[in-house]
This record gives sequence, structure tokens and C-alpha cells, in this order.
Amino acid sequence: MKRVISVILVLCMALSLCACASSGSSAASGEKVIKIGVFEPSSGDSASGGKKEILGMQYANSQEPEITLNGETYKIELVYGDNGSSTDKAPSAASSLVSAGVSVVLGSYGSGVSMAGGPKFEEAGIPAIGVTCTNPNVTAGNSYYFRICFLDNFQADVLANFAMSKFSAKTAYCLGESGNEYDQGLIAFFKQVFEAAGGKVITDSFPTGNSDFGSYLNKAKSEGADVIFTPVSIAYAVQIIKQAASLGIEAPFLGSDTLDDNMVLEAIAGTDLQLYVSTFYQEGGSPEFDSGIKAYINDSSEALAANGGNDTISAVTAMGYDAYFVALEAMKKAGSGDKAELMKILPSVTYTGVSGSIAFDAQGDAVRDTAYIKTADTANGTWVLETVQTGSVQAEETEPTGSAN
Amino acid sequence: MEQLISAEYLVSILLSGISLGGQLALIAIGYTMVYGILRLINFAHGDVFMVAGLLGIYVSAAVPIYIAIPIVIVLTVALGFFIERAAYKPLRSAPRMSVMISAIGVSYLLENTATYVTGGQPMTYPTISFLTKTVNIVGTSTKLVVIITPILVLVLIALLTQLINHTKIGMAMRAVSKDFETSRLMGIKINTVISMTFVIGSALAVVGSILYFTTYPAITPTAGAMPGLKAFVAAVFGGIGSIPGAVIGAFIIGICETIIKGLPSAWNVSVFSDAFTFALLIFILIFKPTGLFGEKATDKV
Amino acid sequence: MLKQKTNHQGSFAAVIAIAVLLGLIVLLENLSDLIPGLPAIFAPTSQLFTVLKKGAVYSLLAVSMNLLNGFTGLFSLGQAGFMLLGAYTYAILTVPMAAKDQVYYLYGGSAVKFSLMDLFQGIFGNAGFGGGVSLILAVLVGLILAGLVAALFAALIGMPVLRLKSDYLAIATLGFAEILRAIFQWQTLGPITNGANMIKNFPTFSDFNIKNASGEVVLRLSTFVPFLVSIVCITLIVLLIHSSYGRAFKAIRDDEVAAEAMGISLFKHKMLSFVISSFFAGVGGGLFAMYVANAQAKAFTSTMTYEILLIVVIGGIGSISGSVIGTFLYVACSEWWLRFLDRETYIGSFKVPLLRSGFRMVVFSVVIMIIVLFFSKGIMGEKELSWKGIGGLLQKLKRKKPAPAAEKED
Repeated sequence: MKRVISVILVLCMALSLCACASSGSSAASGEKVIKIGVFEPSSGDSASGGKKEILGMQYANSQEPEITLNGETYKIELVYGDNGSSTDKAPSAASSLVSAGVSVVLGSYGSGVSMAGGPKFEEAGIPAIGVTCTNPNVTAGNSYYFRICFLDNFQADVLANFAMSKFSAKTAYCLGESGNEYDQGLIAFFKQVFEAAGGKVITDSFPTGNSDFGSYLNKAKSEGADVIFTPVSIAYAVQIIKQAASLGIEAPFLGSDTLDDNMVLEAIAGTDLQLYVSTFYQEGGSPEFDSGIKAYINDSSEALAANGGNDTISAVTAMGYDAYFVALEAMKKAGSGDKAELMKILPSVTYTGVSGSIAFDAQGDAVRDTAYIKTADTANGTWVLETVQTGSVQAEETEPTGSAN
Repeated sequence: MEQLISAEYLVSILLSGISLGGQLALIAIGYTMVYGILRLINFAHGDVFMVAGLLGIYVSAAVPIYIAIPIVIVLTVALGFFIERAAYKPLRSAPRMSVMISAIGVSYLLENTATYVTGGQPMTYPTISFLTKTVNIVGTSTKLVVIITPILVLVLIALLTQLINHTKIGMAMRAVSKDFETSRLMGIKINTVISMTFVIGSALAVVGSILYFTTYPAITPTAGAMPGLKAFVAAVFGGIGSIPGAVIGAFIIGICETIIKGLPSAWNVSVFSDAFTFALLIFILIFKPTGLFGEKATDKV
Repeated sequence: MLKQKTNHQGSFAAVIAIAVLLGLIVLLENLSDLIPGLPAIFAPTSQLFTVLKKGAVYSLLAVSMNLLNGFTGLFSLGQAGFMLLGAYTYAILTVPMAAKDQVYYLYGGSAVKFSLMDLFQGIFGNAGFGGGVSLILAVLVGLILAGLVAALFAALIGMPVLRLKSDYLAIATLGFAEILRAIFQWQTLGPITNGANMIKNFPTFSDFNIKNASGEVVLRLSTFVPFLVSIVCITLIVLLIHSSYGRAFKAIRDDEVAAEAMGISLFKHKMLSFVISSFFAGVGGGLFAMYVANAQAKAFTSTMTYEILLIVVIGGIGSISGSVIGTFLYVACSEWWLRFLDRETYIGSFKVPLLRSGFRMVVFSVVIMIIVLFFSKGIMGEKELSWKGIGGLLQKLKRKKPAPAAEKED
């Protein structure tokens, strides 16, 4: 029995190694190829968001699978490195992309993994374009990391101002996951802005893996919150919305870009809650892109599953789409698919995508001053554009300057 | 802070504490029974609970919920039975550490499979309209499930106690948990008894999963890990092997935890709700290692 | 006398073997610079070296867990907690002052107005040879302090919990690790721990690559360093196991009552094993922080402890060389060789079923279950890799091989 099993195990190993070798060689044969690394989580806590971001890149790749540089046509191949949403898996995922010989990397959803994978790209001299990682430290201290999204402090600024102007809120209750740099970073910046404007902020955190939010929501109610700010990841957001609905919370919810997700929309449909989220893209911003990606999602059962079972477009999908074309734009401008050439040219690349115009500042961050705020139409289960906010934070020096380098 | 001590707020905290405690109790029974007989911390039990939740989603998508529940119970019980036969039975004579490692392996496998099947998306548990009706208690609106949970737990415990004290299989279980070897020599079919333990534990985990996920409807592949660990802590707290102990332990932990979460946010301590549970565990282990109701175990040389 | 001699010979051979291994590692990493045109796998940024670095770090973690679980028979699940202490101690103490404001940007700088990097750079200078010396000293002192802090906490928690029986000890140490994580994530301690944000910009393995004046790398040592530290630490553990203390540990593992009857102080030896194991877990935690180039409490979950435990089981509970071999196999499989299972693959136009993201981990956990159930002794059992063992194995193979050949001749 044992012997049989060990023989089978060895055979499996050998087979897998063969498969490994053959899959490697199949990519090498054929026409000229430029590889783009997709550094995204497709397992772990952020898998849901990561897959939607990948979806945008895949759609973009299906739109423009080739690029012509100096008269030669290159096929563009997406190479995936699943970072498992965890910082201890990120370095090896990053170096799997480096080993695959990618010229530029897109991603990741989640700032922590981007920071953990960043040094690998820097060492290998491969530029990385962050899609929706909003933590200031992603690009600070890593000259090879760029990003096309706004930063935490800008987003928090927009939301705090919105809470003040729309609801004349005096007290805000902020709830985030303990130990999550995304949640806590946004809350800290929100607090700065909201308190500077004379409001009162109550901050609270829940431990990882928590599912009972009833106590927190009751507390928010009893401490007199006018708005509840929950910049949490998707699974927690669904949990909070569902429980808030059964508790009959009247205070409006404010969410960050992670809440712009169709799982959240599904959770809130048919309830009496109010939810406002700040985001990168609003459906209807580019009708051509909307109809195209909807057709793409509905065309394949896997894409549909990755998008959570329906065809509502998440902002991260639009961002993934734009990131792909920023990379292509850089290749066109450099006239090459070489990583060093791309790195040289990227700071000067500008591109107008479906989410707006994209350019990089000295730090590698996107020069963006617009955020969309949308609200959930609970009766119809759709997002409705509430307002387009232009922040004032660009001039402020709340973000860390890259003085360290 | 004066606003905080409103009766309404206190009631709402207590209610959610009691319902959390009840749900933990149903999982804790599975731990305590298995430990009582096999001396094994069944780390996979929390994941069986999570799988029961996922099965609830998938089965109820195909058939109406009231038909789905019995199907889910059957499937989960089959899973529990299969895990015991495949992963624990072959190691019956191996050192205890190996069995525990096997349990960790099963838990790892269940979580990874769940990630693969769901694709990492959080799944939403179907609404059981009967359980989610809103009721009013002392001015606090809450779901019916919160009221039903403790009642249902007490009824199930009463039934289980009857089973253990007054049936042949129950007697066999008690015998095996007292002395494994001797009861084998007395002609008790050890394997049947152990399987029965897993069957009962899994069935109660399904009931627990229905109540738990109706209250907290988003399921991720790791959704079972924390409730599982806490239920185990509850079992230790109450005295492992003792069913009433596990239930009381679960209620104490559930209520303490919700109280900590409900403490004024200015104190900034609500993050320690899980840590408190573990601190309580270490504390009880040091000062009363057999738990509140546990029997003193004698070491066999 | 004779025995002593063979022992000396054995350790001499071991030292030579280690030196050769370290030399090979240095050579391997610099190979692509020496001989251009090698396959991409030899490039210093390739997956191979990431796996080797992680393997070196995890080897130490697995061996330190094995010391406790395999050699002393104490089933502890607190590894992630001690790693967390080590990682944070190392990170907090070595982030250069200049980088602190940026790293602790939410708190307006760190409360720890002190950095080992600056301390040694103040003495030896920060460029050229002096820079190298201060880097080595800062990392060395940082790692030792990381171990000491972990050991201190182990001593504190060990007093009460080491009296517990096996499974209770496991769950108590697991709980202890969870408590530590909650404390390090607490925003109130932010000025020290950086709260939820990660601490970064401290010296990592890549800083050991020697650069010339124009910033080009002349000699790559980034894989050599984790190997060196791990090997030194593992050697210390091996020496401990072969000492009289080690024999006492094994006696406790095999039979506590008998060991106590023979006059071995149970508590003293359990405590010693627990504290030493935690010391190396702390050093390993520091190395882990260097490997991932950040320290964040979120990473040190019970899943990490389980992972290391599974490595120990795969390698063989009670075998040092088994743990090391197990680590490299585990890391290479899970993070490198099996990655293709996550990709949709077409053979011609035929789509291979089941392959999509997440499948890798399913296959991997099935393999682990098979090992746990059918090969519960792991790769090495309780044996160690030795020259004699290898020789014996070769002889066995030799004896087996000629047999069919002989048949053919007939």
C-alpha cells in the first residue's frame, strides 16, 4: 500500500515537473512576446478584489493583444503571480514574475503585498504600476513603484469633506480592522481632516476574523454618530451592511474604494440603509468601455464568477484596464518592451483612460484630483453617481515626502 | 459616557452576547465530546462548521431552504464521519501529537478547498425568513434568531443529555471516555462509538452554522477558524469532556466578548475581544486546569 | 578514546561540508555575473534565490520548533508569536533615524529615538569598509536582541504554562501568540510598533550585496547571509542536543515519569528548551522580517505556526536534517514548482480540467494529508543525515542494481 502510494506520489511529482518545463517552453516558441506581470491576489482575503482587477487587465489584453514597436509586432502576454493576499507569500510571487521575464508589473490590489513585493521588482529593475494600492508607503522609498490611483489621504479628505457638507455631520464613527494598514491609514487621515474642520471622531477597531458587528453598530448608535465610516475589506463590508440592516441603523455609511463592489451592492439591495463610497470610476463614465466589458464578462462563465456573478462594473476593473494601457503607452513611447527603457520613460508617460487622465509626479504617484462619490440605490441594486469631488489635498503636505532618498 | 448605560444599549449587548454564546455552545459540544473520547483537539471541527455554512448556500440555491436544511445535515454528518474514518482512525495507535497534526492537515485541506470552490469570494448565506423576523425586546429591535438560539440550544442539550444518560450508545460513550482500553476489552465497539460522536458533533455544528450564519451572513473560507478556536476555549473553560460545562463556558465567553466589544470606544480596547478569550483560557488553565466542571484526570504511568 | 576520535573526525567533516555548501551558495549567486549567457534561472533575481532565502529562514524556524516539539516532546503552537517578537524587535531597533519619519508617518515619527544602524555608523562610518562593519554589527546585534526579547517573553509565559499537559500547552501557547498579535496591532502603541502599518526600510538581505563606488554590485552575498546565520544557529541547536541537556530533553520526551525518577528536573529542562527554542524563533523572526523586507503583525497568524509544524512533520519529528530537507522541499513546492497548477493550461486545444487559481493549495494540502497519514515518520523519521547513512543507502542501491543486470546476462 505504502509503496504504491509513494510510487504514485513520485510519478505525480515527475509529471508536474514535466508540465512545468513544457508550459515554460510553449511560451518561448512562436512569435515575439512582451510579458506583463500581473501581481494580484487570487486567493486569500483580497482575492475578490484582486480578481476584479485582473478582469480589467484581461479585457484590455483581449482588446489589444499585440503592439507594434518600430515596425515589429509583439504579442503581449499576461503572466500571473498570485500573492495570496499575504505579505509572506508576496516576495516569492514577485520573484516568480521576475523569473518569468516580465518587462513591467501591474498591481497589486492591497498595499501590504505591494510593499512586500516591491523590493523584488526594484532589485530586478522592473517598473511596477500600482493599480489601486493607496497607501503612501508603496511608492515612498521605492523608485520603481508607480501608481495610477489616488492616495489614502486624498480619499479620506474627500470623504471627510463630503460628510461635513452633505450631512452636516458633527460626530463620525470610524470602524476598521485592527492591524490592517489600509483601514487604519484611511481612518487616521479621515480623523485629521474631520477634526481639523471641527468635528468629533470616534475610532474603533475589530480583531481580524471578527463577524459580530452588532455590538459595534449599536455602540455607534448610542455614541451618537451622524455618519459611520467603514473603510474595510469586502467580506467585512458585506457582514457590516447585513447586520446594520437588521439593526435598523439610520446614520449613513461612508465607504472607501473597497466598498465599491457588487458583493456590497448585493448586500445592501432592498434595505433602508444609506451608503456612499468614494471611488475611481463611475459606470457610465465611458459607455464604450462599459458595454465592452459587460459583454466580456457575460461571455465567459469564469469571468462572471470572478466578478461575483453579475456584470456590475467595479472601479478596480476599470483601473486594471487603464493600468494595462498605461503600460502599453509607455512601450509605445519608449519604442521598446525592455524593462530598463520602460523605467526610464514611465515618469513622463501621460495617458487618458476611462477613469480620467493619468500622469505621475516625482514620487511616482498619480497626479489626480478627482474622486467620484456614488451612492447605493437600494431599490434597484445599482450605483448612482452622487457627486464628483475635487480635493484640496494635492497642495497640502500631509503625505510623506520622499526625503529619505 | 452617560448615554452608554442606557437600558436599550445594555439589552442589545446582552442579547447578542447570549446568541453568540449559544452558537458557540453548539460547536463546543462537538469539541468536548471528541476530546472526551479520543483526547484529540479536533482542529478541523471549526472548518466543518464553515463547510456546513457553504453547503447551506449551495444546496439552498437548488432546492427550497426547508428541504435544503435536512440535506445539509446529512452531507455534513457524512463529511464528519468520513474525516474521522480517513484521517483519525488510521492513527489510532499513533502518538497523540500525530493525530492533532492530522487534524490541522484536515483543517488546511478544507480551507483550501473552500477557497478553490468559492474562488475566494465572500458568500452570502440565504435568508431564512422565519429566523430573520424582527422582534422588539425592551425597545431594542432584533432578529428572532437571537431569541431562538438560546432556547434551541437548551432543548438540544436536554435531548443530548437524555441520549447519553439513558441509551445504550450513550452508556457506551461514557464508558469509552472513562477508559478506552477497558471498554474495548468489555466488548464495546469502539469505532461505532467514535463515529457516533463525530456524527452528533457534526449535526450540532450544522444547527450552529444555520444560527450563526443567519446572524452573521458573510462566509469566507476562514470563517470557521475563529469560532472554532473560541468554541474550543469554551470547552476547556467549562471542563473538557463535560457537556454542561461546554455550554456554560460558551455562554460566558460569548457574553464577555460582546461586552468587551461594546465598551466605550474612547477606551480603545474592543480589539482585545479575541485576546481576552485567550487570556481567560490561559488563566483558567493555570489556576484550574480541569476547567469549571471537569473531572480530575489521573495520569496513567 | 576511540569514540572521541571518530567524533572529532565527524565534526571536522561536517565543518568542511558546511564551508563547501556556503562557498557553493556564494558561487551560485554570482555565477551569472561570472559567466554571461546562463539560463535565466541563475539570474540573481530569479525564483531560485527567493526560494533558497526563504528556505534558509524557515529551516531555522523549523529546527527551533523541532527542538521543542520533537526533542523535548512539548507541543507548543506559539512559534508565530515568538517570531513576531523577534521581527518587531529587529525592525524597530534597526530602522535608520533618517527613515523613521517616513515609516511612522501616521504618528509623526517613532517614539524609539535610537537606531542600531546609526549607532554603529557613528563609530565606523557609513561608507566603504566601515559601512560594511556597521551594517554587520547592526544586523548581528539586532538579531541577537530579537532572540533575547523572544526568550524573555518565553521565560515569562513559560513559568505558568509549562506545567500544562500536552494539548493544553498547545492551545495556551496558541492563545499567547494571538494575544501578542492583538497587542502589536493596537493603534495606541503606534509610536513604537507603527500600529497597523508595516515597519520597513531597515537593513535586509540585499544590503549585503557588496557594491563598488559607482553602485554596481561586485559580489552578491544576499543568499549567503541567511544561510550563514541559519547554519550557525542550527549548529548551536545540534550541539545543545548532543550535550547532556539534550539527552535530558529526550528522556523527558520519551517518558516524563521515568526521567523525573532518574533525577532530571522536569521544569528546569522544559523551561530551558522552551526559552532556547523561542530565542531561535525570535532570531528566525528577525530573519523573516529581512526576507519580506517589512514587519507587520498581520503576517504572524496561527496559520504560519501550522505551516512550520507541517514542515517539521514532513521532515520527521525529531530529526534536524529532516527539518532542513523538509523546509526546502515544502517551500520549493508550495511557492515555486506547483505554481503551474494555478494557471489555466491548454494542451493543444484541450483545456486541462480543474486548473485554476487556488488549485495549487488544494493539491498541496492533499499531499500533506497523504504524508501525515501514510508516512507519519516523515522523510527522515528520527534519523539524521550522515555520511554513514548516505554510504549505506548507496550500497543498498548498488546491491539492488546489479541484480537485474545479472539476471539479464543469464
